[in-house]
Amino acid sequence: MDSRTSVLSAIIAALLSFIVFERFVLDPSPSTQQPQSIPSDILDMSVANYSLPPLPYAYDALEPAISAQIMTLHHTKHHQTYITNLNAALTNLQTAISGADIATQVSLQPVIRFNAGGHINHSLFWQNLAPASSSEAKFTSAPKLSKAIEATWGSEKEFKDAFNKALLGIQGSGWGWLVKVSGEGKEEKLRIVTTKDQDPVVGAGEVPVLGVDMWEHAYYLQYQNGKAAYVENIWKVINWKTTEERFLGGRNDAFKVLKASM
Amino acid sequence: MAQTLLRSARPLQRLGLAATQQTSKMSSLSLVPGEAKLPDLSYDYGALEPAISGKIMELHHKNHHQTYVNSYNDASIKMQAAEKDNDIQSMISLQPLITFHGGGHINHSLFWENLAPTSQGGGEPPSGALAKAIDDHYGSLDSLKGKMNTALAGIQGSGWAWLVQDKQTGKLAVNTYANQFPVGGNFKPILGIDAWEHAYYLQYQNRKAEYFKAIWDVINWKAAEKRFT
Ligand SMILES: [Fe+2]
Ligand SMILES: [Fe+2]
Repeated sequence: MDSRTSVLSAIIAALLSFIVFERFVLDPSPSTQQPQSIPSDILDMSVANYSLPPLPYAYDALEPAISAQIMTLHHTKHHQTYITNLNAALTNLQTAISGADIATQVSLQPVIRFNAGGHINHSLFWQNLAPASSSEAKFTSAPKLSKAIEATWGSEKEFKDAFNKALLGIQGSGWGWLVKVSGEGKEEKLRIVTTKDQDPVVGAGEVPVLGVDMWEHAYYLQYQNGKAAYVENIWKVINWKTTEERFLGGRNDAFKVLKASM
Repeated sequence: MAQTLLRSARPLQRLGLAATQQTSKMSSLSLVPGEAKLPDLSYDYGALEPAISGKIMELHHKNHHQTYVNSYNDASIKMQAAEKDNDIQSMISLQPLITFHGGGHINHSLFWENLAPTSQGGGEPPSGALAKAIDDHYGSLDSLKGKMNTALAGIQGSGWAWLVQDKQTGKLAVNTYANQFPVGGNFKPILGIDAWEHAYYLQYQNRKAEYFKAIWDVINWKAAEKRFT
């Protein structure tokens, strides 16, 4: 978690510097006055504004594994709330930056981390699900990834068992991820990672290949306390085609839906 | 808020063994390894309606709380064996399970007690020393409720908000705790509200603010008064 914290801090620092950069360097009519004098309507125009990406399938398309009611609430309410809160926090951040209000800038960081994480994670999640009857939902739709999984865990079953164990071991709200890690020696490795709350997988050299939401809202209306059954059934609606693309691509490919939602 | 989301593991088992004396007033709460039991509710599952549905209460008590009890018993028996064998590796890996499931048992046991149907005094404002302390510290009961609700709404993920009393100064405070970390250290629990999604989702779904508002109708301030010294 500590490395994630520092990575997130670095991202936020980069975000802060980008906004400052955009504000004072890219501004077509740079002001020589104090930043407080910039009218708020001009500020608003340059604040990132994210919108809810549409689902690539119908709300009831994942039944019976995930009910239409869950999908509707999850997408239109939960995911939307992360986006709404993220946009508000980014607007407040820009005001705090232009007002040289460092205390507010710092206090907004956990809010941005949480809500941006929620937006990132759910955007990835929708894309790595598919109707059970579709060809995307077949493990064979990920020829290269499935080879790597078998090389790492021995078999598809052993991988799923390990993934399920990680999912069921999460204490509180969080996510389980299959992550492609490239780093030392440029050798790419697959790893099962769990993250708490809405911490996203954004570390250097990390590409999220597959994510599973383990917040109670992801399954409770249908499975209640039977989360083992949810974990079992989610495998029927995994979009292996998406996971293959993420496995073969870099981080920018994994996050392309997110960029499109800006 | 962030600084009160304590994630440091505390030696709960030792706390737990001492807790049998410390919380002897709570007869149902045993943290002897392997011997934790699900306490009975002093009201029916449907008795907190419409604030909390009977279905939620039943699942929450019979399934969620029972799982914490079972998992605590399992982990604490393993911990005992590991201690006997001086198996430090196992002791360390069992600690988070003891904290999580033991904490879940403590928190829910306290939670059931600090709820009551309106016919049994639920929602009736506190009196005596606690009422005075709330007025002195927060100005009014409504202002405390607002503070608790803001804290509850600000929890990122699963957790609890507690009205606590500082053991040294006697002062009240509102703290939030992630997941199942129990109130401890300098603080003792006075009143807890479960902000896990399982506590409200079947009835309120994503509208958690409505749950936080409604739960005050079934708060048992008498139980809170007994915990306040
Ligand atoms: Fe979610
Ligand atoms: Fe609970």
